[in-house]
Amino acid sequence: MSATAPAVAPSAPSVASSAVAPVVASVVALVGNPNCGKTALFNALTGSRQKVANYPGVTVEKKVGPLTTPAGRTVRVVDLPGTYSLRARSPDEEVTRDIVLGRTRSDVIPDLIVCVADASNLRLVLRLVLELKQVGRPVMLSLNMMDIARKRGIEIDTEKLARELGVPVVSSVAVRRGGTDALLAEIDRRLAAAQAATGTVWTTPDATALRRAQKEADRILASVVKGQGKPDGLTTRVDAVLLHPVAGLIVLLAILFVMFQAVFAWAQPGMDAIEAVFHFLGALVERLPLPDLLKSFLKDGLIGGVGSVIVFLPQIVILFFFILLLEDLGYMARAAFLMDRIMGGAGLHGRAFIPLLSSFACAIPGVMATRVIDDRRDRLTTILVAPLMTCSARIPVYTLIIGAFIPDREVWGFVGLQGLVMFGLYTVGIASALAVSFVVKRIIWRGKSGEPFMLELPDYKLPQVKSVAIGLWMRATIFLKRAGTIILSMMVVIWVLASFPQPPEGATEPAINYSLAARIGTAIQPLTAPLGFNWQINVALIPGMAAREVAVGSLGTIYAISGGEEATDKIAETLGSQWSLATALAFLAWYVYAPQCAPTLAVIRRETGGWRWLWVTFFYMLTLASVAAFLTYRIAVAFGGG
Amino acid sequence: MSIEPTIPLGTARVGFRGRIHAIAAGRVAAGMPAPELERRLIELGFVEGADVEILHQGLFGGDPIAVRVANTTIGLRRREAMAILVSVGA
Repeated sequence: MSATAPAVAPSAPSVASSAVAPVVASVVALVGNPNCGKTALFNALTGSRQKVANYPGVTVEKKVGPLTTPAGRTVRVVDLPGTYSLRARSPDEEVTRDIVLGRTRSDVIPDLIVCVADASNLRLVLRLVLELKQVGRPVMLSLNMMDIARKRGIEIDTEKLARELGVPVVSSVAVRRGGTDALLAEIDRRLAAAQAATGTVWTTPDATALRRAQKEADRILASVVKGQGKPDGLTTRVDAVLLHPVAGLIVLLAILFVMFQAVFAWAQPGMDAIEAVFHFLGALVERLPLPDLLKSFLKDGLIGGVGSVIVFLPQIVILFFFILLLEDLGYMARAAFLMDRIMGGAGLHGRAFIPLLSSFACAIPGVMATRVIDDRRDRLTTILVAPLMTCSARIPVYTLIIGAFIPDREVWGFVGLQGLVMFGLYTVGIASALAVSFVVKRIIWRGKSGEPFMLELPDYKLPQVKSVAIGLWMRATIFLKRAGTIILSMMVVIWVLASFPQPPEGATEPAINYSLAARIGTAIQPLTAPLGFNWQINVALIPGMAAREVAVGSLGTIYAISGGEEATDKIAETLGSQWSLATALAFLAWYVYAPQCAPTLAVIRRETGGWRWLWVTFFYMLTLASVAAFLTYRIAVAFGGG
Repeated sequence: MSIEPTIPLGTARVGFRGRIHAIAAGRVAAGMPAPELERRLIELGFVEGADVEILHQGLFGGDPIAVRVANTTIGLRRREAMAILVSVGA
């Protein structure tokens, strides 16, 4: 397909409301600088009907959502990663460039490009508009956040701006009802005019061309905008503290501390409620007139297994709440700024902070968010260590083992010992990530000076309830879908393995000892015995490949079938009586490094474009996990924990 | 051509105010070729004639620095800021 072909998207099954309404959906692409409120505008236009998961952090992939215009036109709106130019310096910017230029082979070739600008920060985006005009597709400019600009005394002569730029200009307030009316009307007008794309005259600009364009943008800016020079007073005052060399770092640490405390403290009521529901369901099944085997399948396999994972939904929602909030506030760029030098010491780029922070929720969005790092080596280093950040799927495993083996008492009078151990596990994960990246940078890629750190520090913005809510809704849906598909099917497999073959008549040992699961677990026992693992752990580790948290449900199912009827509700107690402390600690140490998460490995393969880095990640993590579990077990046994 | 004294922005202290005189990427050992560094600096608004002010700096070695360019704030390392020649006072 040629880049200059008329852009026609394949038809979506749409109902034409009138004879003139087009049957094919037009494509409108949103382009703009990072932090210009593009995603908020996208949310306002499409609501929560987006197709692609909205990962928190930064938009690194296109998102498509449907929109019906006032004139009844069906439009597909595409939200693209923020960029300063079409030169595409990093993989996320390549997505933007390829779609804008129509190079993509996917079905989104824009009929209209809407350049979104933060009305209080126009300087850099005006140069981008001048560049977009060369692409040869219809372009318009939407001045977003006009309310904030007006409040700050910035006056923009939009008519003159449109004349100077040679493109239509409208103003919008994404977060207010009716705030997008002018934009929608203009989109309708542009699409009705049905300008065909002309040949593109865009070529990669050199420094001279960029300089000339920026000076032209500066001239236009000076002639149409009044009051733009003043910095935002609030941002200046807040930054005096948050970007202070010492106070800024203290605040950053405090924010992270509160975040992790909240994950445990605030989530408790919600977790108790979910637990109660599943307990009730289990008791209900117990009373049904069904064969024992079917009862066991429903209660131990389905309800017990899936319930033990869904119970962690509140913790995951709270973690993502903080990440979304910090991102919308404009704090993430500050965090990267504060951490740049510290992370640089370990061979990581300052920009790696955001992907690594996202990895605390889940390594998958973390690995995807590394697309904002331009340098390939810096990006690969970050991808390699991202899975070492304690993701939310490890929380169930940690919580279970800590609850079973670490006494619930206070140390130093005010800190809970259990919370301290949890904090320690997070710290070990972070320290290991820094150590690995240090080794990779110094030994594998030595002698290469680092990628420059250059990042806009946007003005602070109040987070929008709707935007945060949509983000949380997306995450919760993804988690529940996982619980309903991957985790559910793994639970069924585990139950079958643990239940068949059934014990012979007059068997004296627990039924599970005759099962396939016991045989598999015992068969790999020689490999894991030095780590202090028993066959039950071996069985739990295998389905844990699909998703780490499955291990918890698996242990629940295995121990429920092997003994007490109420064992599913009391996994922790059962483990406490059946495992040695050394085994429990070795299991925790294993899980700090455990490479078992097929979805993460798959996304690494996709993002690095090959199998090589998948295997590198898998084997280095497997090695670390084995060594850590072995050492932990031996040391604990030596101290009498065997 | 003005003959007022210029210094690299990378050597200036917090509170410094000045005006960009030239972008001289060739004089910096950055992690990328000089023409690429120059283009990136321009894309973030560092062009001749723009007013700059250093607002903040990091804890270790005073690095990186937060620079106000016209009406945007950019965080960058001092090493790359060495490529920005500024005349004092604005």
